[in-house]
Amino acid sequence: MLKFPIYLDNHATTPLDPRVLEAMMPYFLESFGNAASRNHAFGWVAEEAVEKARKQVAELIGATAKEIVFTSGATESNNLAIKGVAEMYSQKGNHIITAATEHKAVLDTCKRLEKRGCRVTYLPVQADGLIDLDMLKEAITDKTVLVSIMYGNNEIGTLQDIPAIAGICRERGVLLHTDATQAVGKIPVNVLADNIDLMSLSGHKMYGPKGVGALYVRRKNPRVQLTAQMDGGGHERGMRSGTLNVPGIVGLGKAAELANQLMAGESAQHRALRDRLKDKLMAELDEVYINGTMERRLPHNLNISFAYVEGESLLMGINDIAVSSGSACTSATLEPSYVLKALGAGDDLAHSSIRFGIGRFTTEEEIDYTAAKVIDVVKKLRELSPLYEMVKEGIDLTKVEWPAH
Amino acid sequence: MAYSDKVLDHYNHPRNVGSLDKQDPQVGTGLVGAPECGDVMKLQIKVNPATGIIEDAKFKTFGCGSAIASSSLATEMLKGRTVDEALAIKNTEIVNELSLPPVKIHCSVLAEDAIKAAISDYKTKNGVAAETAQTA
Ligand SMILES: Cc1ncc(COP(=O)(O)O)c(C=O)c1O
Ligand code: FES
Repeated sequence: MLKFPIYLDNHATTPLDPRVLEAMMPYFLESFGNAASRNHAFGWVAEEAVEKARKQVAELIGATAKEIVFTSGATESNNLAIKGVAEMYSQKGNHIITAATEHKAVLDTCKRLEKRGCRVTYLPVQADGLIDLDMLKEAITDKTVLVSIMYGNNEIGTLQDIPAIAGICRERGVLLHTDATQAVGKIPVNVLADNIDLMSLSGHKMYGPKGVGALYVRRKNPRVQLTAQMDGGGHERGMRSGTLNVPGIVGLGKAAELANQLMAGESAQHRALRDRLKDKLMAELDEVYINGTMERRLPHNLNISFAYVEGESLLMGINDIAVSSGSACTSATLEPSYVLKALGAGDDLAHSSIRFGIGRFTTEEEIDYTAAKVIDVVKKLRELSPLYEMVKEGIDLTKVEWPAH
Repeated sequence: MAYSDKVLDHYNHPRNVGSLDKQDPQVGTGLVGAPECGDVMKLQIKVNPATGIIEDAKFKTFGCGSAIASSSLATEMLKGRTVDEALAIKNTEIVNELSLPPVKIHCSVLAEDAIKAAISDYKTKNGVAAETAQTA
């Protein structure tokens, strides 16, 4: 039995796994202690729970427990990593390298640092969504202190070649931070094997609670140091003050443990569902374009443009399915997605894009329903589209002189 | 975003979708917007040359639901009016009728532009046609 609305927006957030909620419950109620209370059982119980979660998170990513700093989410982790490194290593240099398709939590952090005198290089991406490794090599100078490149993109799901990027950073003695919010728990990410120095992750993208995340900070080869961005009681080894969100952290830990157990089966299943959706759409509709490479991509992501159909009108027609669009009409700023623009495919395809994000609770039935519904609505909207009509008449839209707007 | 019932109604049952013959001297065609901006409207009117009354109107729109609704409504408003009455249609009438929120006002502006463009096309065509008739 299908239940509506169907949730296919798992890049925005994932539902909490009931097993996670169950693990968290006692820490809202009887085990409410402050993990920093050293002299009574309430504190010890809370501290023990936090340390267990630290291990669970560390195990998922190949780190040691002491390398995990709990935060309020990936936004904070990104801020702490980038600002913390920039401040700590300001004697060494003031240059940071990142990419045009990063999450705003990285881009706007970098913009803030530019105002404080840092120099930032924003690498462009190629049509496939990936940075050019030679451009990265050329961008590194003796003033570069940090490279921040995301693992998996939140819109188009493309996977940057983090091991190769890390190799380049190592060779040049530059620290690498990666925002792995969308990748952790979905595909194997190992900070040791991948040579990552700092890594952000978030609970609510992996079936854990919102408002909790972590930053991995490498302790050995090299030992990474950070200037704290939140001053106070010196929690988290001085890197992040503030009373620990014990239930949230317990939930993040449980979510990490589940991801570790389920990942192999789940990623194969998500890939199969994703490909089923893609194949159905492409079999029934002409002029659909996949944004970003399919070769290196998160298994649960499909970002696709239905040419000559505007994204918000498509969302309106499939309003029993929760997805998101890169269309300008769906954004408060009336600007289409900067990630899609960065691929250089033309703004018109950004306006026509839909992001599907498959999740732990997605069924084949839901995928089949979604495919049929999207096909139906796209066909209907193309009947309504002056652009589709013009193209069918043989008009080249790029040659049309569109009136001033 | 929550859509008004009227926007939903026009989106689900768009009125007067289609195309008229561009070459017909009685037909005026307006094409406004641009694909890179995410909205393009084509609006056409067919005028009775004897009465100056718009007897038919058709549209096709690439744009958000409010843009589709605005142009659908525009075709309804046009039918039965004279060309000069049609020129007086203001986007605010569309905004009020569809209860468009502020971020969607530009969709109604586009519809007003499309009406003006279609009428101007009709007028140029017939101005030119009249002159050719005189010189012949
Ligand atoms: C790639 C990426 N980085 C950072 C974030 C922000 O994460 P949080 O909501 O935990 O602050 C998100 C979520 O929107 C994301 O997708
Ligand atoms: S056409 Fe973009 S908001 Fe209406």
